[in-house]
Amino acid sequence: MDTEKQMNTMVDTAVAEVDLKKVKPYGDTMNDGMMELAFTLPVPYGEEASEAGKILAKKMGLTEPSVVYSKDMGGNFTFIVLYGKCSHTVDYTEIKVTKVEQNVMDRDQCGVFIEENIGRPVVIVGASTGSDAHTVGIDAIMNMKGFHGHFGLERYKGIEAINMGSQVPNEELIAKAVEVNADAILISQTVTQKDVHITNLTNMIELLEAEGLRDKIIVACGGPRITHELAQELGYDAGFGPHSYAEDTATFILEEMVKRGMKDKKPL
Amino acid sequence: MKSKLNLDKKKIDEARGYAAKIAGSLQEFIDGHTTVSTERAVIRLLGVDGTNDVETPLPNIMIDLLKDNGVLEKGISFWLGNAMVQTGLGPQEIAEKVSNGELDILKLPIASKKEIEEKLAPEVHAALKKIRKQTEYRNNFISTIGEGKKPYLYVIVATGNIYEDVVQAKAAGRQGADIVAVIRTTAQSLLDYVPYGPTTEGFGGTYATQENFKIMRKALDEVGEEVGRYIRLCNYSSGLCMSEIAAMGAMERLDVMLNDALYGILFRDINMQRTLIDQYFSRVIIGYSDVIFNSGEDNYLTTSDAFDEAHTVLASQFINEQFAVLANIKEEQMGLGHAFEMDPDMENGFLYELAQAMMAKEIFPKASLKYMPPTKFMTGNIFKGAIQNAMFNMVSVWTGQSLQLLGMLTEAIHTPHMQDRYLALENASYVFNNARDLGEEVEFKQDGIIQKRAQKVLDDASVLLSNIEEEGLFATIEQGKFGGVKRARDGGKGLAGVCKKDEDYFNPFIPLMMGGAK
Repeated sequence: MDTEKQMNTMVDTAVAEVDLKKVKPYGDTMNDGMMELAFTLPVPYGEEASEAGKILAKKMGLTEPSVVYSKDMGGNFTFIVLYGKCSHTVDYTEIKVTKVEQNVMDRDQCGVFIEENIGRPVVIVGASTGSDAHTVGIDAIMNMKGFHGHFGLERYKGIEAINMGSQVPNEELIAKAVEVNADAILISQTVTQKDVHITNLTNMIELLEAEGLRDKIIVACGGPRITHELAQELGYDAGFGPHSYAEDTATFILEEMVKRGMKDKKPL
Repeated sequence: MKSKLNLDKKKIDEARGYAAKIAGSLQEFIDGHTTVSTERAVIRLLGVDGTNDVETPLPNIMIDLLKDNGVLEKGISFWLGNAMVQTGLGPQEIAEKVSNGELDILKLPIASKKEIEEKLAPEVHAALKKIRKQTEYRNNFISTIGEGKKPYLYVIVATGNIYEDVVQAKAAGRQGADIVAVIRTTAQSLLDYVPYGPTTEGFGGTYATQENFKIMRKALDEVGEEVGRYIRLCNYSSGLCMSEIAAMGAMERLDVMLNDALYGILFRDINMQRTLIDQYFSRVIIGYSDVIFNSGEDNYLTTSDAFDEAHTVLASQFINEQFAVLANIKEEQMGLGHAFEMDPDMENGFLYELAQAMMAKEIFPKASLKYMPPTKFMTGNIFKGAIQNAMFNMVSVWTGQSLQLLGMLTEAIHTPHMQDRYLALENASYVFNNARDLGEEVEFKQDGIIQKRAQKVLDDASVLLSNIEEEGLFATIEQGKFGGVKRARDGGKGLAGVCKKDEDYFNPFIPLMMGGAK
């Protein structure tokens, strides 16, 4: 191999481009597959615990697993921090994610949209339902102040936003929606345990169906563990994950209302 | 002690004076009324426990009987004491017979009030003795075996299964926790009864039941002896059964109880009249039992802005302090709440947090201030979350907070996993130890950002308190001045359980507990 060719090969390696058909985690070199994991094993601290962590990592498809830290947490529990190289790859070009596809309108545009296309106040009822005591999600979307500089629905012209707070039973939320003849219901699920949010969200849809209301109202949910795909699977019109703001929700509701011809909706 | 924040003592006294008037003006109303939960607390202290065959607690059966027949106004002490005079039976036997339909205590001849009081006295003193024994046990444990340094490391367990909670709590104790709070299944605050027996399948926590208290108390005592440090147990004396749970907590030696009527009004929509009456008896019990109560001001900052609304926290702390004074609670038992909840993107946010935490310490120097971690701006970026928690820990050790509820990496994601609690304890222990005496070494620049911030919050709180004093606490809440939440005087849950006392009414525990009966 002449020197020039050798140099080229080295340069090629140094700037290796990602192969989108075979994507792996990136540590400091393309395709090194490096990943970090932290977890607890319910076994006594010691070399056996570390070994157990490594065996587990190998079964997960991590090669050359290395336990960089382990700690006796007492009571036969061991905390493990582990690095390993992922042997799996992902074909990025084949990925399809269900998302709320829309051009988000800002607050002013939403106001104009309502005036031009709906011509009456839009009523939205929201709550953090079930046992969830956290209002941070629903407040971020609905309250005047909003979150991170994104004002909430209460501040939107043409929108009447009713935030019922936390721990609202599904039945109460539906009763309120009927009382105020809501166009949309927003449900927030912030902190969940043992997937109670799934049970709760499912129950909401079942209740709406039982009351014959499901098709007459737009229902969306949101929270750190909610995706649009999950929401749709559970029978919701939309799901909003982290980094969603009032304008995302408002745009979806308003466009959906027009699509469904809800302008002259009959009372629920 | 010289104020590092250059706070004007006259202004502090003025604000405290407004708060004293606000709390005092409600005491007449409180003294004139009782509630179903207050009466159930009395009957629980008198030893009535258990349920009927459809799991209705006997205390509810007894008190509902009075309520449904319109005679709650005389109080359960009157009716139960009279039944004891007339039947010669004890409280539990009477409750069981009433539940079985074998006895109608409302149809018995009525003895003199003196006879009734004398008949009840041994039961009342037995209850007080039981509580005093628990206090002695705690004091003895701490003086012979020891306790952790302040700020106490305060963690939660929340598996929904009390036996799984025990596993986690014991692990937390071994990892350095000083206080373990058993998270309550959140919907309990709206139940107008206390469930019975151990919880093995709760959502978001377990029920506060006497059995759960017992199970966890025993576990923490065991691990406390093992690690040579008394580990405090915390639960919730809040919601519709505030006073009943305080009674249970006193009997089972809880050490810390969340107890705040304002929190219930604003965040659980509990009727304000109901819960202020309940709060009074619960605080009398808490005061007598050497329990530290935690107030919930930190929660205001989860719904409204931590910078803009800081003065509402301070104003509420002043009011909570004065409600506690009226229930004869020592300053050391006042776990007034506040929180580290400013937007981390805010320039100099750390300085403002420091100023406010220092301010709370200077204004309530002997109180066991409860400092709550960042929650609102925890993002799921657990690595940044670890730093946010470390900043919070730094403020705490610097300003001498007492009860440090540790921030969890997984806040806003799910309830803590085993390693989250360990990492939180390690984080706090590292910062506390590494900066232990920082507060003694550092003073603040005259009229600098920190001093000015604290002075401003005090000024604003004083103005707010002065307005509340003028308009009354009920009206202030109706206008939504706390946490941005509006509540109506006759709205919310539990108003039907409020009852005006008549001249025969008596609660034998209040004068004895207030007098610190030995």
